[in-house]
Parts: sequence; C-alpha cells; structure tokens
Amino acid sequence: MVDQLSLDIYQGEFFALLGPSGCGKTTLLRLIAGLERPNAGRVLLDGVDLTPEPPYRRPVNLMFQNYALFPHLNVEANVGFGLKQEGLAKREIGRRVADMLALVKLEGYGARKPHELSGGQRQRVALARSLVKRPRVHLLDEPMAALDKKLRGETQFELMELQRQVGLTFVIVTHDQSEAMTLAHRIGVMDRGRLMQVAPPADVYERPDSRWVADFIGDVNLLEGRLGDDRVSIEGTAAGRLRVAAEAVAPAGAMVWVAVRPERVRISRQPPLPGLDNCVAATVVDIGYFGDKSVYKLRIRDGSLLKAAINRGADGDGAVGVGEQVWLTWPPEAARVLTR
Amino acid sequence: MTAARRNGSILQRLVWRIPFAWLFAFFLLPFLIVVKISLSQTAIAQPPYAPVFDLAAGWHGVVAFIKGLSLDNYRLVGSDPIYVLSYVKSVEIAAFSTLLLLLVGFPIAYGIARTPRRVQAVLVLLTVLPFWTSQLIRVYAWMNILQRDGPLNDVLMALRLVKEPPAWLATDTAIYIGIVYSYLPFMVLPVYAILQKLDESLLEAAADLGCPRWKTFWLVTLPLSSSGIMAGVLLCFIPIIGEFVIPDLLGGSQSPMIGQTIWLEFFGNKDWPVASAVAVVLVFLLVTPIVFYQNRAMPVLERD
Repeated sequence: MVDQLSLDIYQGEFFALLGPSGCGKTTLLRLIAGLERPNAGRVLLDGVDLTPEPPYRRPVNLMFQNYALFPHLNVEANVGFGLKQEGLAKREIGRRVADMLALVKLEGYGARKPHELSGGQRQRVALARSLVKRPRVHLLDEPMAALDKKLRGETQFELMELQRQVGLTFVIVTHDQSEAMTLAHRIGVMDRGRLMQVAPPADVYERPDSRWVADFIGDVNLLEGRLGDDRVSIEGTAAGRLRVAAEAVAPAGAMVWVAVRPERVRISRQPPLPGLDNCVAATVVDIGYFGDKSVYKLRIRDGSLLKAAINRGADGDGAVGVGEQVWLTWPPEAARVLTR
Repeated sequence: MTAARRNGSILQRLVWRIPFAWLFAFFLLPFLIVVKISLSQTAIAQPPYAPVFDLAAGWHGVVAFIKGLSLDNYRLVGSDPIYVLSYVKSVEIAAFSTLLLLLVGFPIAYGIARTPRRVQAVLVLLTVLPFWTSQLIRVYAWMNILQRDGPLNDVLMALRLVKEPPAWLATDTAIYIGIVYSYLPFMVLPVYAILQKLDESLLEAAADLGCPRWKTFWLVTLPLSSSGIMAGVLLCFIPIIGEFVIPDLLGGSQSPMIGQTIWLEFFGNKDWPVASAVAVVLVFLLVTPIVFYQNRAMPVLERD
C-alpha cells in the first residue's frame, strides 16, 4: 500500500497526509505507530531506528479514527490508561489527567463512560488520551471524520490552538482537502501509495507540480499542448495558443499541460481585443449555483468542457444564461505549466 | 388507517404475551404440579401418592385435600445426609467442571474469533458438529474410550506414560471428561459471540498507549468479554448440576449427583413425593444464582 516513499517531518510541525481513500495514508500512519510492519524501509525518530520497536515501546501515539475508547472504563481511566502503563504514581496520573481534561474542556466528565458522551466529547477524550502521554509524534487518523460539518469547523481551530499550546509534532491523516489546508503547516499529497507532492498548503494549491495534484486539490482546467521555444507559450491546445507568466522547466517542444483554476477564468460577452492571449470562445452548457459562487460549465470548439467559477457580486456582464456564446479569458500568471 | 393501527397493536400485544403464555403452560403449571406432589405422601395407588385432588367431593374434598398436604418430605430432604451430600456433590462437580470448561473453552473461542471470517464459520460449525449425534451415543463412546483396555489406555501404554493401565471409568475424572466434552459448545459459543464483536482497534489502542499484549488481555479483552463468560458459565453450570446421563454412565456409585438421586427416588423407590421435593429444592438452588445474576451482575454489565 505504501511504496518507495521518503518523507521528513520536522519537530513541532503540523503535517497533513492528504489523499483519496485507499491511497495508503492511514497505512503510513500505522507504520509510524508500529501497528503495521514494513517489508522494507525504516522509520527514524531523531536518527533512532524505530522500525524493530513494538507499538507499546514507541514514543508515538495515535488517535484512532473511531476513537477506540475503552467502553468499560470511564473518561478518567481512559485518559489515564497510557500513563498507568508508564508506571507513574497515582497522584501524578491524576494531576496530568485533570490538566489534560481541562485542556480539552472536559472538566467534570471524568466519571462518565464513553457511551454517555456525545460524538464531539468522545473525540476530545480520544485526543486527550493520546496527547496526555506527551508523544514525540502525535498521529491523528481522520480525527474529524465522525463529526458533523459545523462541529468539524470549530474543532479544527481548537486542534490548531491545542497543537500550538502543547508544541508537539502532529501528523494528521485526512481525505478532506479543506481540513488539510486549514490545519497543516505542510501537506503531503498521496496517491496509490506514493507521495505526489509535499509543500505548504498555498503552494500545493497554487503551484501543484502534477496534473494529479492540481485535479485532486480543488478544481482545475487542463489543456494539453506543445511547449514553444520561448518556454512561456504553449501551441496547439484545444483553446489555441496559450501563454503563461513563468518559464516552464521543460525542453522546448515537450508535451505539457496548462492548468488554470476555474476561479481565475473570466467570462465575457464581448469578443476580446484581437491578439490577446489565453482567449477562447465557448458555449454555456450548465450553471451550478453554490450560494457564494456559481460554477459555469462551458464547451469549447473541440467539444471539451472547461469550468469557470464566478463569485457572487464579482463584476461581469451580469447573468450569463445557458446556451449563450461567451468568451473565456485568463491572465498568463493564472496559468501554470505541468509536465506530468 | 386507525383500524389497521389498532389491529397492529392487538397483534403486538399478542406477540408480547406469547412467551408468558408459553412459560405459564409449560413451566409454571407443571412446576406447581410438582410442588403439589412434593407436599403429598406416597401411596400404593394410581397415581402413587395421596391426597389426590377430588372435585367430585365438593368443598369437603378441597378441605381434606389441603389438610392432607405436609412439609414432611422437605424435612426428610433437609435431614437425610444422602440428599445433602448429593446436592454438595452436584454443586462441586458443576462448579469445578464449569471452571474447566472456561479454561478450555475461552482459548478455543478466542482462537476462532481471531481467524479470518470465512474460516470462523467452519470452525463454529465444527464446534457444534458433535451435537448432530445423540448425546447418549457420545457418552457411550466415551465409556468405550475410557475402558481399562480402551483406546486411551492403549495410547498411554504405547507412549510409556503409565506402567499399569489406570481405571478411568467409575471415577470423578471420567465425569469431568464427559461433562467438559459435552458442554464445551455452551461455553465456546457465547464467549466467541462476544469476542468476535470485540473491536480490534481497542487492542491496537492499548498497544499504542504502551500496553504489552499479555497485559492488554487482562485490561481490555477479559473485562470486555465478561458478559459472554457470564452467559457461558450459566449455560454450563445450571444444566450440569442436574446432569444425569454422564455421571450415571461414566461415574461411580459412591455418591450420586442430584439428577441420579431424583431418578432413583422416582423409578427405584417409586417415591414421587420425595423425588419432587428434591427437584423443587434443586430449582430454588438454581434460581438463586440467576436472580443474583439478573439483579446484580446485569446492571453492572449494562453500565460497562
């Protein structure tokens, strides 16, 4: 499931592993926790090889996706479980459990059993249970997946705040790109057991280095063509000759793809000035209304579809209807050349 | 619409009552008859006890009938060491063999629950497979195996584990072998049912929090399977107390179990009233642990 993968995570970092289900991100997390054994390869922590260590001897703790709270133990005993295994004194355990419950805002819930808690409270017990051990690396497997959308948003900010307070290294696994974008300092985008790109959230979105990442993170229009000699023009795409702002890192004449985010595409009823780059005629085939924005599906000359997202209140030619002939344009700096 | 709903509710109420009607007709009523016989005296008559309820004699008949009842049989059961020893022997055998069943059955259930799903179905089937043959035949088979010149001693002699072939039959060991063999599925199945529901991620969580495997077993697996263990213990302990066939065929004649005593009173001594009194006392001996289980153990389990 995880194949030829090398990844460095830094002390105190909030790192997100992002990918579709089955891409191996959870397997990678379980490899770090020691719940899976690698056939080949090593897991190093501060240069020390963790690979032969069983999970119960690793200074790493995992928050499970289903929380895996012990149903026969109350909140206090659940949170204190790991400390008890370390052989700490009862008083020390009591103090640290109380501190941790205060940190996750669960004071007064210590005597409750997991089934007497709401989903959000259970999630925080799970968080407290793995955090209380002060792990060198705190692993979180889809920690928000079981929460409803509104609660998820609030919890995301709480989690960021918590990570800043405790100063531990967090590695989170998620399939939710907005969650990864919000939480993480860096994102590792995974597909079929391989890391496709590792970069800060803004870079992953604005400077994806592959079609796969561009397509996975948000929406994207991709147009295939041949890179010109000047390395900023692309010939023979479905939208004609296109220009980008930054010089592409590829040999002239190579087949490349131009990626343009839908929100950078402008729709206009008037034909553009002659000689303008990045301009293509299209017919509106569908309009999706999202409240804060509308997404237009547009068919261009060769029959392929492009998308344009227009924010509500953005200036334009007013409402464009289905079936109308329009012109699409975008500035060269909004487009990016992808070589794979 | 309303009518339909009312019909539904009548049906629902009926369904609710079926178990009660069943228990009344096939448990409570027969039990009351047994209680009545236990308060009677033996008589050389048909049926072999007196007084007999005689409606034809009218009110006088009822009065005479009630006057004819007595607790004499219970006094006898309480005072004669034969019966007391018989109860003690039954509880002792039942308790110890239930413990053996737990020690043998739990690892089997655990093993089945840990195999892949497809294999589990086959293993569960194999566990209950012996039930497809008659219990009597299986116990006779054990008589054969445990004979002095039977296969068990052949193997032990061949392996030079014993010098002289030991006598197995007519010993308590033979009873334990027979009981553990016969009741094993009653221990394995409820424990397996709980263990296969046990969330694997709980064991992983324990390991992740620094708990070695053997400790996880004590701290997580065992407490979470307690309801299955409890069910298995009751399913074994209660019928074993009243067991008749196994001690009769495999055990010795020194001190009979309570099932044998009841059989002896009924068919050997033709003393139905004393046999009934022994049976009634047995029911109360069995009901006590169940009531305890319902009132004490169940709330604890539910809270967990």
